[in-house]
Amino acid sequence: MILEMAADGLAERVAIGPLDGGISFAELGRRSRRAASVLGELPGEHVVLIDENSLAVPIGLFGAAIAGKPFVPVNYRLADDRLGAIVTKVAPAVVICGQGVPDRISGIEGLEVMERHDFLARTDDEALEERDGWGCDPDAVAVLLFTSGTTGDPKAAVLRHRNLASYVVSTVDFGAAEPSECAIVTVPPYHVAAVASVLSNTYGGRRVVQLETFDPERWVRTVRAEQVTNAMVVPTMLGRILDVVETDRLGLPSLRALSYGGGPMPVAVVERTLRVLPHVDLVNAYGLTETSSTIALLGPEDHRNAVASRDPEVRARLGSVGRVLPGIELSIRELDGTAVPTGTRGEIWVRGEQVSGEYVGSTVTDDEGWFHTRDAGHLDESGFLFVHGRLDDVIVRGGENLSPGEIEEVLVSHEGVESAAVVGIPDQEWGERVVAAVVPLPGASLSEEELRQHVLARLRSARTPERIKIVNELPFNENGKLLRRVLREELAADFAF
Amino acid sequence: MAVLRPGARLRSVTCSTEVVVVRAGGEVDLRCGGQPMVDVSALAATAGEPAPGFDGGTQIGKRYGDEETGVEVLCTKAGSGSISLGDVVLNVQGAKPLPSSD
Repeated sequence: MILEMAADGLAERVAIGPLDGGISFAELGRRSRRAASVLGELPGEHVVLIDENSLAVPIGLFGAAIAGKPFVPVNYRLADDRLGAIVTKVAPAVVICGQGVPDRISGIEGLEVMERHDFLARTDDEALEERDGWGCDPDAVAVLLFTSGTTGDPKAAVLRHRNLASYVVSTVDFGAAEPSECAIVTVPPYHVAAVASVLSNTYGGRRVVQLETFDPERWVRTVRAEQVTNAMVVPTMLGRILDVVETDRLGLPSLRALSYGGGPMPVAVVERTLRVLPHVDLVNAYGLTETSSTIALLGPEDHRNAVASRDPEVRARLGSVGRVLPGIELSIRELDGTAVPTGTRGEIWVRGEQVSGEYVGSTVTDDEGWFHTRDAGHLDESGFLFVHGRLDDVIVRGGENLSPGEIEEVLVSHEGVESAAVVGIPDQEWGERVVAAVVPLPGASLSEEELRQHVLARLRSARTPERIKIVNELPFNENGKLLRRVLREELAADFAF
Repeated sequence: MAVLRPGARLRSVTCSTEVVVVRAGGEVDLRCGGQPMVDVSALAATAGEPAPGFDGGTQIGKRYGDEETGVEVLCTKAGSGSISLGDVVLNVQGAKPLPSSD
C-alpha cells in the first residue's frame, strides 16, 4: 500500500540515491513488483537479508511484502554459530546476502541463496512479470526482527502489516516532504529504525541516500555532498560525528533535522550538539522493536525551551524522550499492575495499533492489550516521559532498588568523563553492590577516589559506586546498545574479593 | 449501510478513487461521487459520473473523516468524486505535523 501510493502519487521524484542518477518512486515500485515475482516463485516461507545497507533493503522489504512472505533482516556481524542458529529457525527461506555470506550458511538445509548483486540485477530485468503491488492481508506478518539480545537467546519480534501501516499513516503526511529534502540512512538493515525509515521516507516522499555501514568521516562527507537535510543516529554515532565536525570546522550547512534514539543519550552530548549545530532541529525518538519503532518524541521546540529555561523542571526535559505519539496510550505501572502517581517511577506500559508486543510463538500483550515494555520510566506533570533503562538492569542493593541511569548521569556530569556505565555485581552481604566503568575524555586524568567523591556529593552513599574502573571503552553492540551483561562479568572478575 | 473493517480496501463506482479504512466507526453509509463505495475487488459495474455536489474530487494520501461516527478513510488513489457519509461530504482531516524521527 505504502509503495503503491508513492509509485502512483510521487512517480518521478527520486526515491533512493543521488538527485542525478538515483531511482524514482515509480522505478522503486517496478523493481519491487519484479522482486516479488523472483521471491514469490522460489520455495521458502521467509525472505532473509544478511547484508549491509543497499538498494536491496527497500526492494527486498517491499518485494517480500508483495510476495506475501515475511522479511527477516539478520545481523551479518553475528558469529557464524549464532547466524546459523537464526537462519535455521527461519528456513525454508530465500536468502539475499552480501559477499562471503553464502559460505557461512552453506550447511543449512532449505535455503535459496542469492547474492545481492544477482538479486538486484534480476529486479532490473524488464522481461520479468510485475506482480500486483498492493501487498497482502493487513494481519499477515510483514517483518521478523531478531531482537539484539543483550541477554540470553535472540527472540524474533513479529511486526504485522497493520502495525507498520498504522505507525506510518499516523505519523507521516503522505508526500509532504519538499523536493529538496534528503535523509541519510546508516542504521543497519536489521534494526527496527531501518525498517521504519524505508517506510516513512517512501510514504513521505523523501529522497534517501544510504551508507553501507556507519563511518563518521564518510557520513559527514556524504551529508555535505548530497545536501542531506534529515538524519537519524544512535547515541554512539552522534559523538563521533560531532568530533569530525568540530575538528574540520566546516559545519553541516544543509542539515535541518537530526533525530536520535535507540538508547539513552547523555544530556551532555545533546547540549554539545545544540552548541556545535545550532541551526539543526533535534528530535529524540523513543521506541522499541516490539512497538514498530517510535512511540514518543521530544521535538525541536522542546529541546530549545529546555535549554533556554531557568525552571529546573523544564530544563530536565532535555533528558526526557518527550510526549507519546497520538494513537499511543501509555501508562506507568507498579510491578503488581497498579498505576503509579505522576512523577513516580514504574514500568512503562503501552498500547495502540502500532504496538505488536508479539514474538514468534508468543503474544506478550495482556488481556487489555497492554505491552509491558520492561523499561523503567516516569511521567512529569506535563506528560513528558523519562526512561530509566531496563527494569532487568535495576540494581538491588540491600533490598533497595537503584537505577543505573541515575548514577551514570552523575558520573558523566563530571568534566573529565566521556561515558560511564553502572552495574550491580554479586555481593554476599548486600545481594548486589554498585560498581562502575568510566571512559575519560581525551587528555583528562581521573582517579577512582575523585569520581567517588563526585557521586557522593550528589547522591546518597548507597548509590555511590564502591569501585570504579577507568577504561578505554565500554562494551557496546553495533547499535550502540551497552552490553551490560558483558560489563557485569568483567567487573565482577576485576572487583572480586 | 455497512460496518467497515479497518484495513479494508474500497473503491468508488463513479471515479478512480480508492480508499483504505483507517477507523471503522460503526454502521455507516460510505459513498463516493454520491454512490455507495464497494469492495476493491467487486466486479460491480461503474455507475457513470460523480453526481453534482459530490464531484469535488479526492486527493491521494489525505484522510477523510467524520467526528460523530469516528469513521476515517485514507485515500490511496485519487479520483473526481467526493467521499460522503450519506449526503454529508467528508472533510479532509487536518494533518497533525510531527517532527520526523526516521
